[in-house]
Amino acid sequence: MTRTTRGWIEFAIERVLLLCATASVLVTAGIIGVLLAETFGFFSEVSVLEFLTGTEWTPLFSEKHFGILPLVMGTVLVSVIAMAVALPGGLLSAIYLSEYARPGVRRIVKPVLELLAGVPTVVYGYFALLFVTPALQIWLPGLSGFNALGPGIVMGLMILPLVSSLSEDALHAVPNGLREGAYALGSTRMQTAVRVVVPGALSGISASFILAISRAIGETMIVAIAAGQQPRLTLDPTVPIMTMTAFIVQVSLGDTPAGTLEYRTIFAVGMMLFVMTFGLNLVSSWLRRRFREEYA
Amino acid sequence: MSAPRPTAALPATRLIGDRLLQSMGVIVLALALSALGALLWDVFRDGWRRIDWPFLTSFASRRPAQAGIYGALVGTLYVMVMTAALAIPLGIGAAVYLEEYGARGRLSRMIEVNITNLAGVPSIIYGLLGLGLFVRAMGMGRSVLAGSATLALLVLPVVILSTREALRTVPKSLREASYALGATEWQTIWHQVLPSALPGILTGLILALSRAIGETAPLITIGALTYVPFAPDSLSSPFTVLPIQIFNWVSRPQAAFAENAAAGIIVLLLLLLTMNAVAIVVRDRFERRHA
Repeated sequence: MTRTTRGWIEFAIERVLLLCATASVLVTAGIIGVLLAETFGFFSEVSVLEFLTGTEWTPLFSEKHFGILPLVMGTVLVSVIAMAVALPGGLLSAIYLSEYARPGVRRIVKPVLELLAGVPTVVYGYFALLFVTPALQIWLPGLSGFNALGPGIVMGLMILPLVSSLSEDALHAVPNGLREGAYALGSTRMQTAVRVVVPGALSGISASFILAISRAIGETMIVAIAAGQQPRLTLDPTVPIMTMTAFIVQVSLGDTPAGTLEYRTIFAVGMMLFVMTFGLNLVSSWLRRRFREEYA
Repeated sequence: MSAPRPTAALPATRLIGDRLLQSMGVIVLALALSALGALLWDVFRDGWRRIDWPFLTSFASRRPAQAGIYGALVGTLYVMVMTAALAIPLGIGAAVYLEEYGARGRLSRMIEVNITNLAGVPSIIYGLLGLGLFVRAMGMGRSVLAGSATLALLVLPVVILSTREALRTVPKSLREASYALGATEWQTIWHQVLPSALPGILTGLILALSRAIGETAPLITIGALTYVPFAPDSLSSPFTVLPIQIFNWVSRPQAAFAENAAAGIIVLLLLLLTMNAVAIVVRDRFERRHA
């Protein structure tokens, strides 16, 4: 093989690999393109104002209303409950694993926590509907069979390992010199953790929190199974509600012909979901970059 | 890294907060782990009696006692093989470019940021992409191929990120030695870097596929069927997968179907456990070789 042929092959291979790498950009473009196209179609029939401010969501009824607020409210409600579990729980376990636990304990606990994160969401849905909700009904007799509370708690449990693992990475990245300085001044481990290490890792911890919120907003199967199918504008966690993701599932289960308004609603709702999660992810990665610079 | 410990003994009153924080950490972890225990116990209690040979080899049925998961198992197998076939070459190619050829300007940086962001997009959005692009625009219909293509895009960021991680562990000296012997860039990658990173890459691939095998939402969105009394026989067949079959059973009010769902979950968890065990064995062998 002559030198030039080999050079040519090298060049061709590099181009092919570059194509593979650009595929990921095409995926993003594809997502935005598909969502935009159908959303435009949707808004040619429904006013943007009604969509964003309407308080009734009945796109599948004969009298149609397209106010997304009840779905957003349902999503926010479940996410808030999930965050009430995942954020404090994740941070506490991160502090424990990073500042207190012996290496042997860490080596065992971390993979088990990862198991929690690896359980398929449909399994969590089963758990929320048939175990957690009935268990909660013992203390809360008024709790409906479908509700926001059970799935919210289970979702928090699912997201806890993510918060714990990312926050622990952030705590680990804080230089030991800071800890030693605090100890030298007579601090206890608690004082060191709360007043020195956690503030030092704050942007990394915030990044993990925001990523967790984004994960909760986009979570689908737990709420589709256990939260009900009733869009309503409420902050009551004991009644059935519907999230944005659960609505997409509900419509997808029926055979909705392409081009109809019902078909387009799921893309409009998807667009809303995408904008919310994408915004949060951008903030999270910006915070993480800033954090990396702090101790670079 | 283990955190330094204060050496001087502190008065007991000052340690109250310290103990408190420590025990809260322990309690949170204990609660999380016992929840995992409760989940497994609940599923096994409900489902293990339903698992027998007819359950594994029967098709879905309207009568819960005769329903089985054969169609869903074959569907899962089809979808997983196709997802792997699509995502692995694409993901490894992209990772090799970014890790070995990359760092050459704005394009690679843009691609990198993009991959990180893609990893955070909710899976149901990939379902909408699959519905709009593969099912409708490309006319694949609600087929095995459309489902696999959707899942392949979903796990692509995972494959790329984990492959890059594996490539990064290959020592630079290996590459330099190869260049010194006159090998070209691609020869070095193909004969030295990839074989050396292979166990790490395999581990990442298995983890990516174990994410895909449990995915439900994107496949429901592209219109995978929930009631399938047959097995797929080609890439253009309609299909169902195990998680969707479980979802279908959970959504029914009768207790007998919930039992089926629990049995389906046990099978799904066993599949996942097997995949993770393989990943651990591969990683273990890798670490021993490099020790």
